[in-house]
Amino acid sequence: MAVLRPAGDFDRTYEQDMAVLRQRWQYIVLFLFLLALFTLPVYATDSAVSLVNRIGIFIIAVQGLNILTGYTGQISLGQAAFMTVGGYTSALLMSELGWNFFLALPAAALVAGIVGLIFGLPSLRVKGFYLVMATLGAQFIIPWITRNMFKDVLNGAQGISVPVPIIKLPVIANQCFLGTQYDSDLAACVFRFATPSQFIYITLVMLIITTVVSHNISRSRLGRAFISIRDNDLAAELLGINLFTYKLRAFFLAAVYAGISGSLLAHNLRHINSETVTLVDSVFFLGMLVAGGLGTSVGPIFGATLVTLLEEFATVITPVVISILPDVAAGATAALRPLVFGLALMLFLIFEPRGLAHRWILIKAAWRLRPFSH
Amino acid sequence: MQSDSVLLQVDSVSLSFGGTAALTDVSFDVRRGEIRAIIGPNGAGKTSMLNCISGFYRPQKGHIYFKGQDLTKVPAYKIASLGIARTFQNIALYTGLSTLDNLMAARHIHMKQNSLQSMLYWGKAQREEVAHREVVEEIIDFLEIAHIRKAIVGALPYGLRKRVELGRALALEPDLLLLDEPMAGMNVEEKEDMARFILDIHERRGVTIVLIEHDMGLVMDISDRVVVLDFGVKIADGTPEMIKQDENVIRAYLGQELI
Repeated sequence: MAVLRPAGDFDRTYEQDMAVLRQRWQYIVLFLFLLALFTLPVYATDSAVSLVNRIGIFIIAVQGLNILTGYTGQISLGQAAFMTVGGYTSALLMSELGWNFFLALPAAALVAGIVGLIFGLPSLRVKGFYLVMATLGAQFIIPWITRNMFKDVLNGAQGISVPVPIIKLPVIANQCFLGTQYDSDLAACVFRFATPSQFIYITLVMLIITTVVSHNISRSRLGRAFISIRDNDLAAELLGINLFTYKLRAFFLAAVYAGISGSLLAHNLRHINSETVTLVDSVFFLGMLVAGGLGTSVGPIFGATLVTLLEEFATVITPVVISILPDVAAGATAALRPLVFGLALMLFLIFEPRGLAHRWILIKAAWRLRPFSH
Repeated sequence: MQSDSVLLQVDSVSLSFGGTAALTDVSFDVRRGEIRAIIGPNGAGKTSMLNCISGFYRPQKGHIYFKGQDLTKVPAYKIASLGIARTFQNIALYTGLSTLDNLMAARHIHMKQNSLQSMLYWGKAQREEVAHREVVEEIIDFLEIAHIRKAIVGALPYGLRKRVELGRALALEPDLLLLDEPMAGMNVEEKEDMARFILDIHERRGVTIVLIEHDMGLVMDISDRVVVLDFGVKIADGTPEMIKQDENVIRAYLGQELI
C-alpha cells in the first residue's frame, strides 16, 4: 500500500519524505493533544486520571512486546514477569538503598532488561510455539522467586510496599518554588508523586520517551533488522544480520520497556507482590497488541487503550447484568472482564486481524483527498 | 592454485543430507568479471551449491575460497559483508516491508549507526539514513521500480517481486552476485527485462555473476562459461559452445533437439 499523503503535500528532499510530522497543522494537533493530556488533572475526575495513568503504563508494556513480537516476530508470554522484576527492583532500590526514584527507574529498566536477555536465550534455538513455552518459564520462575526466596527483603507472598517518588529541590531564600512543599524530615523542598493526578506526569513523560524511541526503532537500521528476522530469518542472515545478537537485542528492549512499565505500576499502586501482574496480564498484553495492530508504532497505543476501556466498561456493566439476569450471572460477581476481553479478541481476529492501526490507515486514506473521492 | 583473476574457487566440495549425497567432489572456479552459469536437471544440486557458497549450508568436505578466504569457516551472517549477495529460487523478500525498506534493510552491513543511535534517530543516524536512501533510490531507478517504491512487497505480482529481490541483492553492493533461477516462471517480456538488468549489472557495475537458469537459449547467450551438474556430480565445464556439443551434457540434460 502506497503511503498516503493529503493532496498537495509534496516532498523536495528525502528528509521531508522520511519525516513523521510533515505539516504545520500536524504539529498543532500534536501540541493540543499533549496539552490536553498534561492538563488532565485540572479538568478530569480522579478516577478518569487514574484510568489514563493505567492505560499509559500498559501502553509502555505493550510497546515493549511490540518490539519483540510485532517487529522481531518472537512471541513472548513473559512480559508481566519482567514488569515484576522492574517493580521490585525500583521499589527495593528506593526503600533499601535510599535511591532517588529517577535513578531507580532506569536501573529497574536495566535489571529487567538483563533478566529479559537471560530468558531470551532459548529464542536462538527455538521459534514460534516452542518459544512461547520457553518464555512461559519466566512467568513461573520469577513470581516463584518473589514468593519463596529472600523472604527478609521480598517479604514472600505478601509483597512489599513501594515508596512514593519524590523530587527534592534545595530551599532558596527560605522559600520553595515550582509547586514543591517544605518537608522538615528531609530539610528540603519536596514534590511528591503520591496521587494519580500527581503521578500521571511521570507516566506521560515516560510514555512520550518510549513512544518516540519505539517509532525511531521502527524506521531505522535496528528496526529493519528486527523486521527482517520476523519476515524471513534465513534471508536476513544471508543479508548480513547477526540473528543471535539482534534477537537478544529485541528481548532486552522488550524487557527494558516492561521494567519501566512495572516500575511505574508499582509506584503508582504503592505496593507490589507476585500477584500484581501475572500470566493473565501477559496474555492481555498480547491481546492488546493484536487488537491494536502488530508491528505498528500506533498499535500498542490503540490496543492498550481499547482493551483497558473495555475492561472498564465490563466493570461498569457487571452490576447491571447481574440485576437483569440474577439467576444466570449471579456467580459472575468477579466482573465480566475476561468475558469481554475474550469476545473482543475473537471479533478482532475475525473482522480486523490487522488491528486498529490498519483501520486508522484506512480512515486516513479516506480523508486524504476529501472532498474528492479519488 | 589461485590466480589473481579467480574470485571464487570451489574446491572438491561434498555435501550430503543423511544418506543422500547432494554434491560429490565438485570443483570449479569463477573468474572476476565473468557470468558463470550452473545448469543441470532438477535435483542436480545447483541450489545446494549456491547455498554452500552463501553460507546457508556447510559442506562436509572441501573448501570454498572467496578472495582467498575460506568461506566454509565464516559465519553465515558475515558472508554478505565479504561481498557476496544472492537471490532465492522461491523469493525470500521481507514481505511486510515496502520495496524501499527491503532495499534499505540490505544496507544494514554498510550502515554504521549502532542501536542506541537508531533509537535516538538524531544527527548522525538521520544523516546516514538519508545518505543510504540516495544509494537505494539509484538502484530503484536502475531497476525501474520507482512506482512501487512504497508498496508492501507481499502484495506485489511475482515478476516485480523478483525484480525487488534483485534490487535488494544489489543494495548490498556485492562483488559476486548469486542468482538462483532469476527468470523462473516469467513470460518472455519479463525474461527479456531481467536479462537486460543482469547484463547491465554485469557491465556497468562490474559485478561477477553466478547464475542458475533453465532457459538454455538465454544461458548460452549471456554466460561466459557454464558448469553442468548431474546428480551432484560435475559432468562438464566450459564455454557455451563446448557445453552444447558435450556428449554427457546432451545425454543428461539438453536432449537431442538442441544440436
